[in-house]
Amino acid sequence: MNPVVRTDTLTKRFGDFTAVDGVSFAVPPGEVMGFLGPNGSGKTTTIRMLLGLLQPTSGSAEVLGFDIRKNPEQIRERVGYVSQKFALYADLTVEENLQFYAGVYGVADRGRIREMLDLVGLEPFSRELVGGLSTGWRQRLALATAIVHDPKLFFLDEPTSGVDPTARRAFWDLIYRLVEHGTTALVTTHYMDEAEYCGRVGIMSGGRLLALDSPGALKRDALPGRAWDVLAEPLLPALAALGACPGIVRVGLAGDHLRAITPPGMEAGVLLGCLEREGVAVDRVEPAEPTLEDVFLSLTAQPSPNP
Amino acid sequence: MEDNFRGMKNAIEADQVVKAFGAVHAVDSLTLQVREGEIYGLVGPDGAGKTTTMRLLCGALAPTSGRIAVAGWEVPRQVEQARAQIGYLPQRFSLYEELTVLENLRFFAEIRSLTGTDWLPRSREILDFVGLGEFAGRRAGQLSGGMKQKLGLAAALVHRPRVLLLDEPTTGVDPATRQSFWQLIIRLVSEGRLSVLVSTPYMDEAGRCNRVGFMQTGRLVVEGPPGVLRDILADRILEVIGRPLRPLRDAVRTDPDVEDAQMFGDRLHLRTRAGTRATVCDRVREIAMEKQFTVERIRPIPAGLEDVFISLLEAKP
Repeated sequence: MNPVVRTDTLTKRFGDFTAVDGVSFAVPPGEVMGFLGPNGSGKTTTIRMLLGLLQPTSGSAEVLGFDIRKNPEQIRERVGYVSQKFALYADLTVEENLQFYAGVYGVADRGRIREMLDLVGLEPFSRELVGGLSTGWRQRLALATAIVHDPKLFFLDEPTSGVDPTARRAFWDLIYRLVEHGTTALVTTHYMDEAEYCGRVGIMSGGRLLALDSPGALKRDALPGRAWDVLAEPLLPALAALGACPGIVRVGLAGDHLRAITPPGMEAGVLLGCLEREGVAVDRVEPAEPTLEDVFLSLTAQPSPNP
Repeated sequence: MEDNFRGMKNAIEADQVVKAFGAVHAVDSLTLQVREGEIYGLVGPDGAGKTTTMRLLCGALAPTSGRIAVAGWEVPRQVEQARAQIGYLPQRFSLYEELTVLENLRFFAEIRSLTGTDWLPRSREILDFVGLGEFAGRRAGQLSGGMKQKLGLAAALVHRPRVLLLDEPTTGVDPATRQSFWQLIIRLVSEGRLSVLVSTPYMDEAGRCNRVGFMQTGRLVVEGPPGVLRDILADRILEVIGRPLRPLRDAVRTDPDVEDAQMFGDRLHLRTRAGTRATVCDRVREIAMEKQFTVERIRPIPAGLEDVFISLLEAKP
């Protein structure tokens, strides 16, 4: 099957600043691919190029078989886009908002609006004003408006920011239903809890795609070493001692203990030695299951200024 | 564990607190203690009463009934004394966009009664701490979202409070900033006598707290250290990687010992009835074989806080 999105060394420069730096990836139909990265990592610029809103400086990309340089209009007609600041009309009803977007996309079939209301579970609220809906319901309506024209690809920008785990889960079940029939979704997110729902996650930093794989495989394979929970007192001297430990990938505060990432060969004894040399009392150093955050923080860690 | 805290004063005490808005009890007989020097995470669905709780604790709302004490002062009776010890970062906070970072802090320092000679060194110190030292002269309107969040934190801390209330402090904040925000909070708590109550919709953040309380319909349903909460579902979760995933989920859902089957990208999390994980593991393979689905991998995994959250919500409608 042809990929729905394919990029080849896609690059965007603004003056001296390289926002997107040689990014290559392909997304097969029916996949949910997530982009995880800090602000300024190039996620949004990449998506804007894929939507045909920005011309790349170099490299190329095809979306739904169309070249982003030559056919941006054809792409925009065929994709859906849900922004984190969704453009819903607060003083119109749920149904009126959908009718409005159906009009924008040239969808004449009234049955399609019923179908959308049904799909996202907003049928009982179709006559309610959007201003009175909770964030979770608004996010569902925003999704419905973005897919009323039945796009084969849709983009979601931080779709469940600020909603609780149950609402997040309900929203993702909806996305899974859509992609099951071959629709493809690209998602940007700031949250590990949300990235866990993606089929594959691309970790971006400084305009580059540092890793791209399923959350499970990233945790298994992309961590440059091993994760440890270090229970030691007092915490801040322990942090300083491990921070100065030669070769350690990163160490951070994790509530009442420390989280450390070490290179593959490094054993617990090395950590213990660093702590004991500084006179820190160690309770336990235990290997931990890597999290997506461990992977993200280790891959995006600045090289240590210490030699 | 309890013994360590015996005799210690609690940073926050709420006893049988009710807040009614008409017939609705937004907070309903809430009893909550946050110990000195701990980070307590408040989680729960939207509308559970987390934000109302924060507002009651800082005296912005008066309780309908019940007793509240913060840093040893009764709220609302001794709210002035209590507020002198409380730093509050609401979900939406106001900064003066036309004022510089330092001028904003001066404003918050003055309304918090810092003296004319004290505010400047204290503001410099707190700006350095949150990493905004070099931006003291920049207008607040010109800051990025993450920097505004740090300025909000600085404003909440400028009067050296002993109790910090953070209402979903990292919503909309990028992961690098979120990480440094949490490093600051944990550092403050480790350094001295600060206690923190923080609400969050993100379970990875809840996992960093010393204790987590799960709120629902205005009440605290369960609380404990993250490890203890995860143990509620010890030996109950299976991870399944297979294809096609959604039909596989629908098929295993019909098993009477599978309480819940959630899709996460390329895998399923199955919550099994207590004591059935091993037999469910075998049956998933049988179901898959019968329906000609593929199971690439199936393994027991430790429960996450998200699994616990969902199961608590289902248990108590």
